[in-house]
Amino acid sequence: MSRIGFGFGGALGRVVRAGVGRRRVQTLVLVLSTMMAVTSAVLAIGLLAASRAPFDHAFSGQHGAHLAAQFDGTKATSTQIAATGHAAGVTAASGPYPTVTVDQGHVNSTALGGDVGLPPMSIAGRADPGGPVDDLTLLDGHWVTGPGQAVLSADVFGPNQLVGAVLSFPQLPGSPNLTIVGVAQSVTGTADAWVEPAEVPALRAAGAAPTFQMLYRFASAGTDAQIVADRGTLADALPAGALTGSLSYLNAKLSAESSTAPIVPFMVAFGVLGLVMSVLIVGNVVSGSVGASLRRIGILKALGFTPSQVVRAYLAQALIPSAVGIGLGVVLGNVLAVPLLRREDEVFGTPPQVVAPWIDVAAVCAALVIVAATAFAPALRAGRLRAVDAIAMGRTPRAGRGRFARRVLGRLPLPRAVGLGLGSPFTRPARTLAVAAAVVFGATAVTFAFGLATSLQRVHAGISRDGSADVNVFLSDGGPDSGTTTVGPKGGGTAPAAADSAAVAAAIAAQPGTRSWSGVSRYELTVSGVSGATSVQLLEGDSSNRYELISGSWFTGPGQAVVPTRFLEVTGTRIGSTITLTDKGTAIPVRIVGEVFDTSDQGMDVVTDLRTVSAVDPAKQSHEFDVMLKPGTGHAAYVSALNNVLDPIGGHAQDNAIRSKDAIFVLLDGMIAILTGLLVVVAALAVLNTAVLETRERIHDLGVYKAVGMTLRQTIAMVLSSMAPIGLLAGIVGVPVGIALHDYVLPVMGHAAGTNLPHSILTVYSGVETVLLGLGGLAIALGGAMLPASWAAATRTAAALRTE
Amino acid sequence: MDAPLIELRQVSKRYDDGPPAVDDLSLSVERGEAVAILGPSGSGKSTVLNMIAGLDRPTAGSVLVEGLRVDGLGESGSAKYRRDRIGMVFQFFNLLDDLTVADNVMLPAQLSGMPRARARARAAELLETLGIDRHAHAYPGRLSGGERQRVAVARALINRPALLLADEPTGALDTASGRDVRELLSELNQDGQTILLVTHDIQLAESCATRTIRLVDGRIASDSAVPSVAGPAGGAR
Repeated sequence: MSRIGFGFGGALGRVVRAGVGRRRVQTLVLVLSTMMAVTSAVLAIGLLAASRAPFDHAFSGQHGAHLAAQFDGTKATSTQIAATGHAAGVTAASGPYPTVTVDQGHVNSTALGGDVGLPPMSIAGRADPGGPVDDLTLLDGHWVTGPGQAVLSADVFGPNQLVGAVLSFPQLPGSPNLTIVGVAQSVTGTADAWVEPAEVPALRAAGAAPTFQMLYRFASAGTDAQIVADRGTLADALPAGALTGSLSYLNAKLSAESSTAPIVPFMVAFGVLGLVMSVLIVGNVVSGSVGASLRRIGILKALGFTPSQVVRAYLAQALIPSAVGIGLGVVLGNVLAVPLLRREDEVFGTPPQVVAPWIDVAAVCAALVIVAATAFAPALRAGRLRAVDAIAMGRTPRAGRGRFARRVLGRLPLPRAVGLGLGSPFTRPARTLAVAAAVVFGATAVTFAFGLATSLQRVHAGISRDGSADVNVFLSDGGPDSGTTTVGPKGGGTAPAAADSAAVAAAIAAQPGTRSWSGVSRYELTVSGVSGATSVQLLEGDSSNRYELISGSWFTGPGQAVVPTRFLEVTGTRIGSTITLTDKGTAIPVRIVGEVFDTSDQGMDVVTDLRTVSAVDPAKQSHEFDVMLKPGTGHAAYVSALNNVLDPIGGHAQDNAIRSKDAIFVLLDGMIAILTGLLVVVAALAVLNTAVLETRERIHDLGVYKAVGMTLRQTIAMVLSSMAPIGLLAGIVGVPVGIALHDYVLPVMGHAAGTNLPHSILTVYSGVETVLLGLGGLAIALGGAMLPASWAAATRTAAALRTE
Repeated sequence: MDAPLIELRQVSKRYDDGPPAVDDLSLSVERGEAVAILGPSGSGKSTVLNMIAGLDRPTAGSVLVEGLRVDGLGESGSAKYRRDRIGMVFQFFNLLDDLTVADNVMLPAQLSGMPRARARARAAELLETLGIDRHAHAYPGRLSGGERQRVAVARALINRPALLLADEPTGALDTASGRDVRELLSELNQDGQTILLVTHDIQLAESCATRTIRLVDGRIASDSAVPSVAGPAGGAR
């Protein structure tokens, strides 16, 4: 090894340390840009992995059912149904299992605090928990060994100790009882309880038709479209109408991933933005550093440094600060992931998750490789320079480029200092383009973040029903949460309010200041093809603004319903389809007329006119009323006056002025603000770095300008003007790109959350906002150039003139 | 009698803890004079020039030009002073390579806010007077040293300064170009332009200065009129 050294010790190490320490701005830019990119990458990949891992693992282990199909036993025999297990595309099947839906049951358990009502339950008859599809995991107790026994799904009451408790169904013929002998879990929730197949007929209401369930795995089941196609194949294999409903595994997967999956697309967008900016900035900084150190490189070579050592020196000067940034990025990414993963843990009830170590390692390695690859080209250029040329080039400022632009600009009616500044970007077009690209990405990030935050705000307003009303009115037996006095996680029986709903509605309508009102109640009913209970919202009054319409129309009378996107996907229905609600054994056909934006209850709500159900069950009435007031109506006075009327008839009004924001939206807003802030800072630092390089390279010219009378303000104006075109360009290019990114990412986020998005959430950029965002690029550029401009203004003229 | 154009009163300049670059120096220059400051390297002559130009500040004493305390000016005040009252010519010309000859010459006028048309007319007049108008649209890199220095002089004179400061104006020129610049400065002084130049070039001092001041270790070693050259404006001899 020579005395100069081939490693990074000795002279080479000192050169690298000096290079890193001397160029503090460039070092800071490298640290922050790589930190930003790695933070976003760790967050995006970490959340993606964390959101998918638990479900994927369980689905694989249980040979989960891609589709759970429900068949009408009066239209197809069990043999015919069993034969669908050999239909085209089916790779494995289990069943047919006889099924029944029971409601108005009770369970008596100390773990649940006594006798509680049960939600409507889907019960399947299975002889054993295993099989080629939906291999159930027995969490407690044992499988059914005879009549009068049931294994309860863990989805119904969670991990409570229920073995030994008795399920009773007094409304059914013979008032059957079932003793819970075990608790099991199906990854896709194929049933709420399992009994022996022979037990099922005893649980069926008088006159109810027999039904069967088949569970399938398919060769192609990655998308909704493939599942729909597979479902079609099954339907075609049986007599018409035999297939009455189905449940896709994608529904369960969506539920499992719903807390973090929507976050991933925008994290990926920020990650990609950060990565590209990082590459641009690393390239810009290292080539700028080489360009500004030509004389130094020449001297190093004259002293005996080999080309390889020079290349390594400049690579190391990029890698050392980048490594610091990458390390900080990994830490920050892990720290920011904690609150998001905590939500995931709460959903699954799993132990606290952290970002998988392999993600940290991969992010570090990938970032280092990208930085090294980006820095290699300018470092190689430094290594190939001849010593004499490097010294000569470093001593003499390069001129020649951009002269035409300067001449043209010199003829424009602009202050001379501004004209001189505007000409600067043309002197080094490659550097200008690189920094312009960085600012474009900064402007893109700001535009994207603005749109995202606005859309999320509207999403929040859209899904927060309480948020849309000025005043809420509750019936006296109820409160804000007791519109349904349900028991169990899905709700069940309801306790109609003692107050007269119609009288309350009339009082609200007659109250001066009322602009509009709507009444709402929620019941758990069964829907054909959907296992367990489905939440059905019954509305009256002016309810059409309650949800944002995505497609179709609002219902105009009884027998019509609107449903969320996910309901359509899960049930394989579409606008115009008719579904069957079952209330206490009475079938109520309802036609779907619209698709609404609603993510509550995993997007499985059915929203219909109160009269749809009250025609069959007059006891069903509104439990809560939302009131919108006329403009100028005082909330407090209105509530007070209305309560005077409502008190005697059993209603109570309250002002809805206090509206809390869901924690996830606060979290997302914070996340967007942090990532956007980082991107903007990095973009501004890229400008700062360029302005510093320009100022250093043209320090002698600066001395001349000042010697011939350029004032402090004119100097600042000149430096700021040199970056202004870059900012304007960034605005012109970055804003449309940011809008396009928003328009692409939002639907992807919506899809991850299981819903399409209404037009109002997607269209968030107004003309004025677009112009203001366009000026954001200019603000970033001017902000980044302000410090170098001040330095330039403060530079002593005599010292600048001596600099060559 | 009019107040002197330049007046240095007991001016000292010390850099860090070293010996004084200029030591208790007093000096006055009348309008119309062409004063050459001579001296070996490190004698303080460039420091004196920089202090008069407002590029450097004395550690002690005061510098007045046209009665204005130059040493008390802020950055903006210094810049305005330089563009309105003085013109500077440097050894290495200090022309801006990215600007044409005409644009270089017009620059101080434009920075002063002079309308472009007037600045262009004044630049054309100067370039013609100095015999380089054919190079108006050329870039400085294509000109000879003498021509570049003429451009620098034109730029220095664009705002009709009371004082022309020249720092080794022939130091980077060959013999012919040096002679050319000497004649130019001499002509300017004969037309009434006050000139203060710093030089090693005794020939330059003798041919175009009306007075020579020799500095040694920051002090005036001699201050004498040059009898062979008599400017029409007279001056304090």
